[in-house]
Amino acid sequence: MTSHDLRANNLTLGYADTDIVKGLDVQIPDGRITVIVGANACGKSTLLRGLARLLSPRGGEVILDGKSVQDMRSIDVAKVLGLLPQSPVAPDGISVGDLVGRGRYPHQGWFRRWSDEDDRAVAAALAATGTTDLEDRNIAELSGGQRQRVWVAMALAQDTDLLLLDEPTTFLDINHQVELLDLLTDLNRESGKTIVIVLHDLNLACRYADHIIAMKKGAILAEGAPKDVINAAVVTEVFGLACEVVPDPVSDTPMIVPRGRHHASPTVIETLA
Amino acid sequence: MAATLDVPVVRSGRKQRRRRATVVTTVLAVVAVCLFILTMMVGSYYVSPIDVVTSVLHLRDDPTTDFIVRDLRLPTAAAALAVGIALGISGIVFQKLLGNPLASPDFVGVSSGASLFAVSAIVIFNGSSTAISGSALVGALLSALLIYLLAWRDGISGYRFILIGIAVSEFMLSIVGYVISRAELYEAREAMTWLVGTVGQAGAGELRTLLVALVVIIPIALVLERPLRTLELGDDTAKALGSRVELNRLALIALSIILIGFATAVAGPIMFVALIAGPISQRLTGPSGGIMAAGMVGAIIVLGADLVAQQVLPTALPTGVVTGIVGAPYLIWLLATVNREGRGG
Amino acid sequence: MSITARTEAPVEQRPRHRSRATLATGFVILIGVLAVVCFFSITMGARGVGLSTIWKAFTDYDPSNASETVIRELRVPRTLIGIFAGAALGLSGAILQGVTRNPLADPGIMGINAGAATSIVFAIMVLGTQSTSTYVWFAFLGAGVATVTVYGIASFGREGATPVKLALAGAAVTAILSSITSAIVMTNVSALNELRFWQVGSLAGRYFPVFWQTLPFLVIGIVLALGTGRALNGLALGEDLALALGQRVRLTRVVMFVTVAILCGAATSACGPIVFVGLVVPHLARMICGPDYRWILSYSLLLTPVVVLVADIIGRVIISPGELQVGVVLGVIGAPAFILLVRYRNLAEL
Repeated sequence: MTSHDLRANNLTLGYADTDIVKGLDVQIPDGRITVIVGANACGKSTLLRGLARLLSPRGGEVILDGKSVQDMRSIDVAKVLGLLPQSPVAPDGISVGDLVGRGRYPHQGWFRRWSDEDDRAVAAALAATGTTDLEDRNIAELSGGQRQRVWVAMALAQDTDLLLLDEPTTFLDINHQVELLDLLTDLNRESGKTIVIVLHDLNLACRYADHIIAMKKGAILAEGAPKDVINAAVVTEVFGLACEVVPDPVSDTPMIVPRGRHHASPTVIETLA
Repeated sequence: MAATLDVPVVRSGRKQRRRRATVVTTVLAVVAVCLFILTMMVGSYYVSPIDVVTSVLHLRDDPTTDFIVRDLRLPTAAAALAVGIALGISGIVFQKLLGNPLASPDFVGVSSGASLFAVSAIVIFNGSSTAISGSALVGALLSALLIYLLAWRDGISGYRFILIGIAVSEFMLSIVGYVISRAELYEAREAMTWLVGTVGQAGAGELRTLLVALVVIIPIALVLERPLRTLELGDDTAKALGSRVELNRLALIALSIILIGFATAVAGPIMFVALIAGPISQRLTGPSGGIMAAGMVGAIIVLGADLVAQQVLPTALPTGVVTGIVGAPYLIWLLATVNREGRGG
Repeated sequence: MSITARTEAPVEQRPRHRSRATLATGFVILIGVLAVVCFFSITMGARGVGLSTIWKAFTDYDPSNASETVIRELRVPRTLIGIFAGAALGLSGAILQGVTRNPLADPGIMGINAGAATSIVFAIMVLGTQSTSTYVWFAFLGAGVATVTVYGIASFGREGATPVKLALAGAAVTAILSSITSAIVMTNVSALNELRFWQVGSLAGRYFPVFWQTLPFLVIGIVLALGTGRALNGLALGEDLALALGQRVRLTRVVMFVTVAILCGAATSACGPIVFVGLVVPHLARMICGPDYRWILSYSLLLTPVVVLVADIIGRVIISPGELQVGVVLGVIGAPAFILLVRYRNLAEL
């Protein structure tokens, strides 16, 4: 894996008449897992889409390896940076192998036939996501967890050094969420892929992120290693949630325990205070 | 989780899918050619298949057969084949672009633009056959341009395109209705016959233009099939894969519209072929199947419809009458399957 | 045609909140507007008539006076049909859009126009040319049969007549019927001749007999329609939620379709197919009133006749002494209006 530098300078992004992200600066740590968290409509998906050049900046720029992403050819960017969007669309009746194969698009020229390298990339992607035996199945017959893994396989077949995923765990059962995040961690640890994920589950984010970015109202509120950044004050600021932050008993990362209005035992609160 | 790579599985899966698509497309092409020959065999004077083939290929020298086959029947047969291919390809490209099996260039204003100009040529300007076809083509292209411009707003959303297409279509059709209601009876008759659509009315010049257009456009369409496969996955995924979404979409829509413009210029607005050819061909080939299969299905439908319209019914009728009857069962079949796939309202 | 939109940039929702008082005042103003438009509908045309002539036509009718005849026998029935048919079309459009939750729903999808046309040409083929009154009966019959067929086909299966299935069934039935109509018209010249006049919606040539024929259906339909407001509000939440709230979804759906069939069947049989008003005016009403269907229906009830009559007046005046049919005027004005709506108002979800 080659190292890459992905950053945004003074980035402003928006839809229609509103700006959602304003004047934002960020640098994505190379070879690490970065997780972006925040409340609904804080701009985390917008930021991801801006980084992946799905959205044109209204101000500022996104820089990949020293060049503005807007100045690069789409295909060249796609060889290096891949994105799995939030609600991908699959054509009716498509098979898993066919769909994953479409991820090879940026590597195939206008007239190039399928090469061994393409087959190998698809096979690797299927193997990595554990979907090899689903190769000839119709995607509509698969469960939500299986389908999401197939989409990840497609993004993997694209064979990029950077992989961005927009809320890949929504609609998945908890076991599949963990499975998917473990898979992404494998990819990061074994091949050094830079991974950027938008997650809505703060605890999973703290567990899996090397670098966490907390956003609020289109700006970065805090970023850094979860241990350094996530505390009760930050969580309250970002989500408006009163909570306690305790060490996760399994990993050595912060775990958010919401207070809520009903179930906090007064004696425990006293001890924590 | 480094599982063993199973490259052979991937390769064989892909090759199997490709083989199925190729086999089906070839079979469809063969059926289309058979129908093509059949159309030239039947009529008040029966010609054997061998005679048809040798006559078309200029391999024989029998003035009577040659006259019947080459001068009388070949133009209609060739028109049916060409129009069918054009409509089939146009339809499937449109549907894949808009992500909707109910989308069809028929409904989206292009045919109505052609109709308006053609009917005006017939009623107001008393045009010749060439003038009518030419006007139809101009009308198709102008109305397509109009719809595209009106629908453009930071790019084209499928939904908006369809809505505006429907509006433009209604606009044109009201004027068509007015012109027809004001015309002399014989003009109205000619106009309404044109509006039903028939492959028999094609003049040699228009047919030649359509064939040239097909020869030019089909290779381009085949090259654009790859980007089309990314567009099928949604704009976001397509962009993420490096596809230049707006450019590709523009090219594909332009291609689709040119094909249907030429087809309408030759045969009038024959309904439903563009709508049903794509889904039928996709069912047969699987989603990895290409657009040529849809072209073949289109050709089969138009050739078949013309055969039925000319030979089977008690009086000869325009092709468009039959395609409507063909379109209906397909829609009902879609209805039955829509529910099963869980895409119901 | 029911269409699913692709993922797009989020649409900004502008909350609509109009007080009941404002809307009620608006309604009263609309009644006034309708009255004024009716007045113009009676006075304007190729033959100008003055106020005194109108008064005299109603109080001291002299059949030999051409102007008075024009008023009583031509303009008045024309205006009345315009009002009722217009109301029928507007209400049908609003109901269909609400029950299918599809901003594009248009009575045409139920095969009404196609059914009416086929029935008329069939009648001509079998019985020869008839009077307008006879056509009205055939058209109504054809429209009814077509609608029942469409609904029947769409109802097969567990879910009943969902919007997508209705659109498909409507398209299928329309396809078959258009083919039959074309086949008949290509072989029968008088059928062709009558059809080409009929298929452009028009208020011309519709006199009192047509009015009396269609009035009962129109009135029944309008009364039924106005009663569906609450049910439509419920359906707007989605069928599951409506069921959960205790609404009898299947029953209301059937009632609504029957109402639309009656209203559109009657309107189309009276005037021929008129497009777009049923599509555009309910959107206008929604823009003014907000999402409450009780108000949308009330406003559509008055707005649509205003639009139809204004279009008719324009048609009578613009190429005087010739006449542009109301269907043409509506098509030519309605389409751009619709396009503006689509472009600049991001048709809100229903």
